[in-house]
Amino acid sequence: MVMTIDAKGMYYRELNKMIRTAIEEGETEFVLDNINGQRYIGDGIKAKPKITIHGTPGNDLGVFMNGPSIEVFANGQDGIANTMNSGEIIIHGMVGDVIGYGMRGGKLMIKGDVGYRVGIHMKEYKTQVPVIVAGGCAGDFYGEYMAGGVMILLGLGAGEDKPIAGDYLGTGMHGGVIFLRGEVEEHQLGAEVAVMELDEKDVKLVTRYVTEWCGHFGYDVEEIMSEPFIKLKAVSSRPYGNLYAY
Amino acid sequence: MRCNTRIPSGCAISGLMCESGDRVDGSAIIKSIALMHDRSNGLGGGFAAYGIYPRRANQYAFHMMFDDFAAKENFDEYIKDHFIVEKDEVMPTRPFGDITNPPVLWRYFLDVEEKKLEFVEDREYVVNMVMKINSDVPGAFVSSSGKNMGAFKGVGYPEEIGHFYKLEEYKGYIWTSHGRFPTNTPGWWGGAHPFGLLDWSIVHNGEISSYGINKRYLEMFGYKLELRTDTEVVAYLFDLLIRRHNLPMEMAVKALSAPFWDNIDRMEPQVKELMTAIRMVYGGALLNGPYSIILGHSRGMMGLNDRIKLRPMTCGRKDDMLYMASEESAIREIEPDLDTVWSPKAGEAVVGTLNGEVE
Repeated sequence: MVMTIDAKGMYYRELNKMIRTAIEEGETEFVLDNINGQRYIGDGIKAKPKITIHGTPGNDLGVFMNGPSIEVFANGQDGIANTMNSGEIIIHGMVGDVIGYGMRGGKLMIKGDVGYRVGIHMKEYKTQVPVIVAGGCAGDFYGEYMAGGVMILLGLGAGEDKPIAGDYLGTGMHGGVIFLRGEVEEHQLGAEVAVMELDEKDVKLVTRYVTEWCGHFGYDVEEIMSEPFIKLKAVSSRPYGNLYAY
Repeated sequence: MRCNTRIPSGCAISGLMCESGDRVDGSAIIKSIALMHDRSNGLGGGFAAYGIYPRRANQYAFHMMFDDFAAKENFDEYIKDHFIVEKDEVMPTRPFGDITNPPVLWRYFLDVEEKKLEFVEDREYVVNMVMKINSDVPGAFVSSSGKNMGAFKGVGYPEEIGHFYKLEEYKGYIWTSHGRFPTNTPGWWGGAHPFGLLDWSIVHNGEISSYGINKRYLEMFGYKLELRTDTEVVAYLFDLLIRRHNLPMEMAVKALSAPFWDNIDRMEPQVKELMTAIRMVYGGALLNGPYSIILGHSRGMMGLNDRIKLRPMTCGRKDDMLYMASEESAIREIEPDLDTVWSPKAGEAVVGTLNGEVE
């Protein structure tokens, strides 16, 4: 059964409470219409409902989320997938800043551009590996302080006036991996990262996620994969590993 | 849309402009800023509106705040000696929501006598007067001092302030608004945004860490900073750079949100020289810290972020309308069907310009 909610003018607390209560009662699928600016949708939900959103959701979409699958047919705002643990968020548009802040698992698929500080403090542990794939370009501080996880940026729409990523790329990064479909200048890189070529395992990984991304947004996998990718990794891992070891 | 506990967040700003000069009433901007209710905490809200006094478009409209009627009487004596008071009246308000204990709110439409302008240009005269009133006239504060524009602000949530001042009864071609979440400075009526001087108005989300440097710099040019809020420096810097030093807007923006030296090093020689000069000459005007601001003036509206984008800003266009706000949803709330929507890059100004005549 699908629960449809007309969220026009609804305050976020009422909306999120309604969703939470329905999940407790066994609801597994939601369609949210006329969403505009409601914050924290999906907040901390530990179940696997499918939530379809029409309209622009407010900040911190999917914060602390643990399981749901959210699909947004509009742009997103700031703080999407903040400290998200598992599940999936698909955005048919562009998104704002601080996306995937401290994200520790699950997947985030974005059709268009992403803002500043995407993937900041993302982390991983054993099989818990968060993934962010974005089709467009990114602002400054992409992968700032990144400690784990996978980020893929496809750079569709990049050109002379619009680089695939901004400055301070991977500043403070000490774990995880970034794949960029395009080139970056040396000065854009943070001091802690180096550009590398993809090995066979990398190509497999990128192809898998790009195929998934193309499936959501209707692009051709071969065409996307025909352009060269570069790989960014931290040159020293665990830089503070011995800080408290006496 | 109200919650009873206060959730720490950040300020909200929203602005709209009709570049063709058509005027809209204040209900749209209230609706937009109200959507971001949770970004404020009830300690400040305000609006700036342009084109609201067409029948007195050539007079300086002073929106005043007084601690009490005694302060007003004292001011009335003072103002008579310095301006021709064409009209003065109580600011129309209605009791609304949690708006409590407002100051005495009064507006004055003023002309400057010819003989006062023998050695000084009229705008300079008005700026000097605003500085004098704010620092020397007890219990009196100027909340705006431009022509055919005004600031409407106070302590409360912005949507409450908007209803309190009956903004649906005014029509303007530019409206800016602010929901305040004061962090470092007191929430008082004069400290609410926008900050105005002549026709400049500023709404600001963030904090100006360089306030001390900017304040000392502005004081060298005779500005007096009396409103106990960092944002005040931004309004005066635009007045200094554009009105007094005749910098074009794009250069003023480069002085405030200057490119980093690293980036300047990589610029083409001519641009490099220009940017180096701007940074050297206007070091004291550099704004540091997180901010997104919307500047209003009689010919346009401008949105600007700090250089590393520590505060949000989204812009949208629909026909002749330009919108900018802290959140995209605040724009969609009043124009769901935008032609374009984008997030400007850090330090890059978004400029709206009046193309037509104001109706």
